[in-house]
Amino acid sequence: MNWENIFSNALESAIGRDAMVYALAAVGLNLHFGYTGLLNFGQVGFMAVGAYGVGISVIEFGWPLWAGVLVGIVAATMLALVLGVPTLRLRADYLAIVTIAAGEILRFIFRAAEFRDFTGGSNGINGFAGDFNDANPFSNGQYGFWIVKFSETQIWVLTVGWTLVLLSVLLIWALVRSPWGRVLKAIREDEDAVRALGKNVYAYKMQSLIVGGVIGSFAGMMLALSAGSVQPDNYGTATTFFAYVCLLLGGAATIWGPVVGSMLFWLIMSFTENMLRQAVDNDYIPDSIMTGTQVGQVRFMLVGLLLVLLMVFRPQGIFGDRREIAMTTR
Amino acid sequence: MTETTRPGTGFSRVKVDAFEDVPEEPGSPKPDPILVADGITRRFGGLTAVDVDHIEFQRGVITGLIGPNGAGKTTLFNLLTGFDKPNTGVWRFDGREVRGVSAHKVAKMGMVRTFQLTKALSRLTVMDNMKLGASGQVGEKFFSSLIPPRWRAQETANEAKAEALLERFNLTHMAGEFAGSLSGGQRKLLEMARALMVDPQLVMLDEPMAGVNPALAQSIVGHVQDLAAEGLTVVFVEHDMDVVRTISDWVVVMAEGRVIAEGRHSSIVADSRVIDAYLGRHHGTPITEADEAQILAEAQAEIEAEERAREEEGA
Repeated sequence: MNWENIFSNALESAIGRDAMVYALAAVGLNLHFGYTGLLNFGQVGFMAVGAYGVGISVIEFGWPLWAGVLVGIVAATMLALVLGVPTLRLRADYLAIVTIAAGEILRFIFRAAEFRDFTGGSNGINGFAGDFNDANPFSNGQYGFWIVKFSETQIWVLTVGWTLVLLSVLLIWALVRSPWGRVLKAIREDEDAVRALGKNVYAYKMQSLIVGGVIGSFAGMMLALSAGSVQPDNYGTATTFFAYVCLLLGGAATIWGPVVGSMLFWLIMSFTENMLRQAVDNDYIPDSIMTGTQVGQVRFMLVGLLLVLLMVFRPQGIFGDRREIAMTTR
Repeated sequence: MTETTRPGTGFSRVKVDAFEDVPEEPGSPKPDPILVADGITRRFGGLTAVDVDHIEFQRGVITGLIGPNGAGKTTLFNLLTGFDKPNTGVWRFDGREVRGVSAHKVAKMGMVRTFQLTKALSRLTVMDNMKLGASGQVGEKFFSSLIPPRWRAQETANEAKAEALLERFNLTHMAGEFAGSLSGGQRKLLEMARALMVDPQLVMLDEPMAGVNPALAQSIVGHVQDLAAEGLTVVFVEHDMDVVRTISDWVVVMAEGRVIAEGRHSSIVADSRVIDAYLGRHHGTPITEADEAQILAEAQAEIEAEERAREEEGA
């Protein structure tokens, strides 16, 4: 067993691209679900419009990258409005149903053959990271510390991505400590009580949906820019649920919960996979129990088990306050 | 004439006199009404939950709204405060049309309600619950919220106001605790105190003493009286007739969605319509066979009439 390899992979995953992307998605979700109590099961939809906003603007329209980013932000705002206008007046579960459906509808639209001229169909769009990579200040070589190594392109993606994570965390921190954030938290507890105190609950929920959605769209943009391509099937429902796992792991309604949750989630994912794979390769685990092709599935079982244990022994997540969970919300 | 036990009398005297020329009849006009409603109906399918022709609530007094379970008291509260929409009806609060106004705007106008099932915001501290109530907060606007200097002074002022109210409602020691850790009675107090943060003109209390231990209920009675002594108008729903007798200047009785009687407590308890509504029409006298036959015949006639109506509808 090459333990150094296992650990270096795990550490690289913990601060790698996926951890960064899911941290952004989860920070957005945290505003929705953790602070406002909005059950948004379509965070991936916001990621997709962000990614395609950049991709289509740059490749199809030939616009510069900054314009593409702007398009992505506007698209995420529009999506929030489209989802929110009909559902935010209704009970919370309606938003859950509509958002999960909207995420899938968007994916099917993006991969539909009819729109191939714009979206590239199931192949997606490629080669739009030119501007992004040209701006890379890192020269060729390897970057990292101790056993962790990244290429110059990776380190550029990570620098920009984690900066965005930091900025969005800062934004959320500033928002939720303000009276505005207090209204959101109150809506999470009981929106009728908030209405009875003269607050326009609908407007606050809409603002929350937009802000969290735009942060989610940055996750999509970073995912797309890191590879210079966007593939529709990367934006399935599982992505949303991974983001939820990250959020709950770290602790909903905490400032750093979604970020640390995401890092931990990808660390565990990498660690379990590499360990199982090496154990199988070195015949510590005989083929009669598990073969190399089954590692992927067994890995998810282990991660699932870990999550179950977490929910049993630490339902508030890593940063959560146990007293909050103990409190009945209604 | 009701016996008022309110402290700081002289004031209360004047107010009770407001009803001197008011006839004790459902829908009677008041000298200075703050809330006037006309033709309010609310149907849930075939059930008419509220059917109020006309009702006026006098400014600056405590009006008790009583009636048996299912009389439509809470539904009327929901309608008047914008939490539910009536099938028909118009109503005016302080001279302004309220029909079609959303619940949060009704609250901003100065008509603030509490709920029968207390809505403490559990995972907010008691102090945050209070500060949430303050209206016109700059820091509650999205962009301003990001610039603390713009709202800090207001926040400090609200905190001082909240502290004073918590002191008055004996909740100061709980200010830093989560509201979810309060007892049932403390939650009722918190909800009242929070409603006062809005600076309302009219507070509508839906069963403020329900499920509260007698000692705390007594203190809530005192608080309700203080509200009126400060010039607020109070309308409250309550089942405990002792409480109603102690604090109401005026009592409105509802049954089956209608206002069936209005008046001072002393005359209400003697009103045969009220007694019928609470105890049934035949209380005290055994039902004779002739009565029974008549009731059956009436019921039969009603069923037939309904069937006929349904057939006509279907045709």
